Amino acid sequence: MSDYIVEMLNITKIFPGIKANDDITLQLKKGEVHALLGENGAGKSTLMSVLFGLYQPDGGSIRINGEDVKINNPNDANALNIGMVHQHFMLVEVFSVLDNIILGVEPNSAGVLKRAEARTKIVELSKKYGLSIEPDALIEDVSVGMQQRVEILKMLYRDNEILIFDEPTAVLTPQEIKELMQIMKGLTAEGKSILFITHKLNEIMEVADRCTVLRKGKCIGTVNVADTTVEELSRMMVGRDVQLVIDKKEMAPGKTVLKAEHITVPSRLHKNNAVKDITFDVRAGEIVCLAGIEGNGQSELIYAMTGIEKMSRGKLTLNGTDISKASIRSRSKSGISHIPEDRHKYGLILDYSLADNLVLQRYWEPEFQNRGFIRKAKVRKYAEKLIGQYDVRSGQGADTMVRSMSGGNQQKAIIAREIDKDPELLIAIQPTRGLDIGAIEYIHSQLIAQRDSGKAVLLVSLELDEVMNVSDRILVMYEGEIVGEFKPSEIAVEQLGLYMAGAKRDARKGLSDNEGGEGNT
Amino acid sequence: MKNKIRTFLTSQGMISFIASVASIAIGLIFGYILLVCFNSGQAFNGLGKILFAGASSAEKFSKVLYQAAPLMLTGLSVGFAFRTGLFNIGASGQYTMGTFFALYAGLVLKCPWWAALLAAMLGGAIWGAVPGFCKALFNVNEVITSIMFNWIGMFLVNLLMANIPAMLAPNADRTANLAAANKSGIIPKWGLDTLFGSDYINISIFITILVALIIYLILNKTTFGYELKACGFNRNASIYAGINAKRNIVLSMVIAGALSGLGGGIYYLSGTAQYTIVKSLLAMGFNGIPVALLATSNPIGIIFSSIFVSYIQVGGEAMQPEFAKEIIDIIISVIIYLSAFALLLKGVIRKILSMRKAKQGEGVSQ
Repeated sequence: MSDYIVEMLNITKIFPGIKANDDITLQLKKGEVHALLGENGAGKSTLMSVLFGLYQPDGGSIRINGEDVKINNPNDANALNIGMVHQHFMLVEVFSVLDNIILGVEPNSAGVLKRAEARTKIVELSKKYGLSIEPDALIEDVSVGMQQRVEILKMLYRDNEILIFDEPTAVLTPQEIKELMQIMKGLTAEGKSILFITHKLNEIMEVADRCTVLRKGKCIGTVNVADTTVEELSRMMVGRDVQLVIDKKEMAPGKTVLKAEHITVPSRLHKNNAVKDITFDVRAGEIVCLAGIEGNGQSELIYAMTGIEKMSRGKLTLNGTDISKASIRSRSKSGISHIPEDRHKYGLILDYSLADNLVLQRYWEPEFQNRGFIRKAKVRKYAEKLIGQYDVRSGQGADTMVRSMSGGNQQKAIIAREIDKDPELLIAIQPTRGLDIGAIEYIHSQLIAQRDSGKAVLLVSLELDEVMNVSDRILVMYEGEIVGEFKPSEIAVEQLGLYMAGAKRDARKGLSDNEGGEGNT
Repeated sequence: MKNKIRTFLTSQGMISFIASVASIAIGLIFGYILLVCFNSGQAFNGLGKILFAGASSAEKFSKVLYQAAPLMLTGLSVGFAFRTGLFNIGASGQYTMGTFFALYAGLVLKCPWWAALLAAMLGGAIWGAVPGFCKALFNVNEVITSIMFNWIGMFLVNLLMANIPAMLAPNADRTANLAAANKSGIIPKWGLDTLFGSDYINISIFITILVALIIYLILNKTTFGYELKACGFNRNASIYAGINAKRNIVLSMVIAGALSGLGGGIYYLSGTAQYTIVKSLLAMGFNGIPVALLATSNPIGIIFSSIFVSYIQVGGEAMQPEFAKEIIDIIISVIIYLSAFALLLKGVIRKILSMRKAKQGEGVSQ
């Protein structure tokens, strides 16, 4: 009997034009949490897909419990007790939790489903591992956190021993992440072995026993987490020193750029207002961060500010001009830049070339068109300037279809476009979501550069680190209201988490002061 | 050199072209199998006629161009709307409306041909605008409204014609002879008729090719086209960029309708065609869909695909009397239908090419 439950030895996988995995060795001990760390495109997902039977390796071998195996498809992987929680959940939205768990391995006698039997086993499992679920609720009605627990139970129901978690925390709130960490520890205590794919260093430090680092398809090394530091891990991952703490000089905020008063936005999902009577301002040379867990009205607030959604009440003033009823285009013209939260849905036209995307906010300007005809040469020249200046990397330069670019470079393209517009107010919603540490560092430095050049920046984020490091002032949003306002130096991360989760709230000082001021005039 | 050929072969346009040609070939093979099933003795002869009848004489070729012109316009209509993310299945109704407006202008108002063509565009535009407005203002699916507008248009036109005596030939349910009623209403032939020795030919094919080029310019060179395509690819992102998506939906349907309407005008102002009051939708509008698909909605491609479809149709007619007219229709539809597999084949070809590339890549690295 071998020490290792899974051994992937010298795995090589070649795709057209790229070696996705180059001689990678990964050994998973029984009962450990083994983290697989690497930037986007480092080859993590490819390696896991090889283990799960989705790809066949071009070289190397896989051993399970010391025996050579060949995994041709996910069914083989299942038979070897390998289970995987995908980054994007594989659940049937309109089925109940219970039905999703048994899907594919339904217990039955002569074709008649034995739900009661399944239910007993699922309830037992959920108690044993502390995975609270509602078996009869429909997937579309339960939280993302519970959906993930359903995915975990799916693996446990199939008696999987080897559990792969593919970036499981990307979609979770800070509290849910904490719970997940507990669950993972519980699972290993019961003898399960976990492969944990991530690029978040803190999570590795908290939960993993060992960590294998990949970079550009190569294996950089495997380390004991107890013997390493966040700095060392990030160096291994990126290949150079990374500034984890952002260097930011003090700035005295200038004049008020944006003034938002009593903003109220109806929800599209339910009858209540998504944003309830919010008042705040953003000044020049200041980064204001709207912190909050997803779905607490931040998106709706931003959409109302940029003009995509209509507000039912309230007033927006940009540099003294009332823009409450202005169109999207005229808001953009008057100096609002918007880095949207979903770069595929809002930020880019994926089937347009990079050049065409870089002029998405300005193609109508005289510089780029002449009597309705696009000046292709000018567009191209401008695109090439931005590509160079912001280091946007792509296969065929300005002609690249944006769809074929990596997420980090797509985001860079948006940032280049929005910042080069030279805005008065830069609005960025979760600009670093799903990006690796190098890209995050770059985006943060760009935001701060904007601030330092005297622009107003409004950042929406749910990453606690980002909130604490980047912002000058934090506004916490919960259920459509601002429940707290702080300077990052005034509050501890744990406290901030409580505000975001709705466990604590202040009557806002700033708000009443403002109103008092207005009353006097 | 070898590399140059390969990059040329793998370029986007080339893949589209190969896919279209390959799917046409598959369609023809399938058509041949059908011919064998129906009448094995004449099958080879029949296929020969499909393939070569259209080019067998100047007269036949003028028939090809004569039918290709309206087909090109309905194809452009469908393709243009496609580029904006709309499925204009209402080309038939817009075409019928265009026909009515053109004939009313020609037969009743005695307008010259070019004014009648403008009237045809207006009629089609109105018929395209309604589904466009419904989509933009109330988010009603344009497929449903435009299907209904096909039928409403057809019956409305039948009703109107039946009640305007000046439009109908005496004691018949087809429209009056345009040449007799208003000679200036007939699209000029510029001597092409004597050149080709056929009454069918006129300058309409040049008009439609010009329209195709204009549509190409609009889509690819103008800010308007940039906006339209942006809406088609990603409506949310175009709203985010401040593009008025609703206005563009309406405009796109208006232009698509005008193109179909112009098609109706082009066909019925030739002087050789007469509209017949029947209770079925005109196929010309629906044939625009495979024409657009075959050309993957590229306006320049539509010039060729419409001529191809028209060519096959003329070839089909030449198969009589060995094959019944219905069988010919089936075979032509099968060929057109399979030809529209171009999109599917495009993916397959790209896959094969990339696999070959990968294999060669490995060979090099080893």
